[in-house]
Amino acid sequence: MSISPLMISASSLVNALGVGKEATLQALQTEKSGLRRCDLAEVDFPTWIGRVAGLESQPLQGKWQPFDCRNNRLTKLALQTDGFDDAVDKARQRYGSQRIGVFLGTSTSGIAQTEQAYRQRDAVSGSLPEEFDLLHTHNIYSLVEFTQRYLGLEGVGLSISTACSSSAKVFAAAARHIQAGWCDAAVVGGVDSLCMTTLYGFNSLELVSAEPCRPWDAKRDGINIGEAAGFALLEPADDTAEVLLEGYGESSDAYHMSTPHPEGEGAALAMRQALKRAGLERSEIGYINLHGTATPSNDAAEDKAVEKVFGCTTPCSSTKGWTGHTLGAAGISEAIIAMLVLQHGFLPANLNLQQKDPALAINVLQKSESREVRHVVSNSFGFGGSNCSLVFGKRK
Amino acid sequence: MKAVYLQGIGIAAPGLFGWPAARRVLLGETAWQDEALAKLVPQLLPPNERRRTTALIKLALQVAEEAVTMAGTEAAQANTVFASSDGDFYIVDRLCDALLQEGKPVSPTLFHNSVHNAPAGYWAIAAASQNPSTSISAADATFSAGLLESVSQLATNGSNVLLVAYDHPAPFPLDEKRHFVAPFGVALLLAARADDSTLAEMELHLPVENDQILSRCSDGSMEALRQGNPAAASLPLLEAVARRQNCSIGLPYVAGNLLEVKIRA
Repeated sequence: MSISPLMISASSLVNALGVGKEATLQALQTEKSGLRRCDLAEVDFPTWIGRVAGLESQPLQGKWQPFDCRNNRLTKLALQTDGFDDAVDKARQRYGSQRIGVFLGTSTSGIAQTEQAYRQRDAVSGSLPEEFDLLHTHNIYSLVEFTQRYLGLEGVGLSISTACSSSAKVFAAAARHIQAGWCDAAVVGGVDSLCMTTLYGFNSLELVSAEPCRPWDAKRDGINIGEAAGFALLEPADDTAEVLLEGYGESSDAYHMSTPHPEGEGAALAMRQALKRAGLERSEIGYINLHGTATPSNDAAEDKAVEKVFGCTTPCSSTKGWTGHTLGAAGISEAIIAMLVLQHGFLPANLNLQQKDPALAINVLQKSESREVRHVVSNSFGFGGSNCSLVFGKRK
Repeated sequence: MKAVYLQGIGIAAPGLFGWPAARRVLLGETAWQDEALAKLVPQLLPPNERRRTTALIKLALQVAEEAVTMAGTEAAQANTVFASSDGDFYIVDRLCDALLQEGKPVSPTLFHNSVHNAPAGYWAIAAASQNPSTSISAADATFSAGLLESVSQLATNGSNVLLVAYDHPAPFPLDEKRHFVAPFGVALLLAARADDSTLAEMELHLPVENDQILSRCSDGSMEALRQGNPAAASLPLLEAVARRQNCSIGLPYVAGNLLEVKIRA
């Protein structure tokens, strides 16, 4: 079933490239990566990370104190960025606080707070520190509750946590809730922050690179973990619309918990459904923002999937070389990058690509290009075989 | 909204193991016994995969299987909504403990099982289903949020939806920070159309109509369970279905709101 047209009327983005969409756009255009050598004292293996500067010194205070954790600090920073909170405030006056839903993705929410609490266990009883508030920090829903209260919204809400597809799938959930009539507009987005669980977890699976990540490169050897927060305001399209959510596709691999289907079957299914919902032919897609994590198996599977659906001519790139893999925030981050592509007629290169893997077939951009495109796709795939593809378009 | 139709139920909780037994308790035919839940052995997942799963994953798979079997539908054909407030506390405890040890020896299996959508991933493998699947949380309103997402899917897509809601008590010391009284898993197989095996018709309302208030269990002894696990918020709804009552149920929802479910048996 096709979706009723929804426009993205406001958005915000914070990641290793800086605070605000302009910082990301400039970095993309000047090919300046936000990755840095891992400078976290607790990490004892070599890697690069996409860290947001300054979160350590921005605690949530006053009535927001119970929510204080790295993830919710990042949430608040992004809500205050790019005029997003003001845009929601105006929407709230139009629609009413009960009629704007909140749908956010995260993979680990505020788990860093629990990691810290374990370091502070009582030597005798083993209990966690009294001030540790699990429900308002670590719980997967904590960022939605914080966002609802911060924006003064009282309507429908839920968190989606499907690993690295989380904040792509929020667009689908929001579109469904709007179409079914549970809300008139929606705040969608995602937030994930650096923690030892993901750094050591991905390292245990031998999926972390000691160097800046190199998607589609012959010598790619893993991911760099990053952190990010992004938001978008979805409303029924009107005359002011610039960028539209045109389609979404979701699927499951049904193959393995941490390895994608080698032929990319699930991923291809998600892309086909997104195209179908958008009512577009594959030739109408001008750019694909790849999930492109830079692990050998992920890129190989996505390459096959994209080739199956689009062939080998559509311009593609992974932007993980700029931001790192922001996990549960990757979907919203790359959705917003896809919107920047539509608005600025600029296709970003696949950063850090030195020698393309000869086994990979699709048209990965070695250099950035100035080119107007009308429709773009953004891919997000996660552990557990969770796939989501989104189609965004520019108003005719 | 357009009504949706309940085609199958799965349940696993203390004294409520399997819908036939739970139904008798909810009808008042047998008294509820607060007895520990037996070890679960879901059957669809191959033993080599099942070996890697935790009690929480088994709880989700067990009730999912029962609902699909009861509905007589193909497991692979349903879209799925996995709803858990807190995910796998057992894994969080093991991970945080490993991070305290020399060299931080996180186990790869533990890590890939730590994602909130681990039960959904195992279910897709067990059911050989490439259908869309989502995994959500809304803290204490998780069951209601899952129900809303499920009916939204039915309203915008023809496929049946399998809603699976589950939470499991945490080990010490996490239990001191978020306490659940018992494990509770419930699965509802929902369809857009009624047929001969339809158990009940459901219609959701938000905001609630008239003076709908939060529903409780008729059997007061089950109230601690209803309030003591986010998935057990479903009990008043299950009771109405068991009793084939035409009634309205008020369930806890987010932002201090209630979700109203009108049930026609």
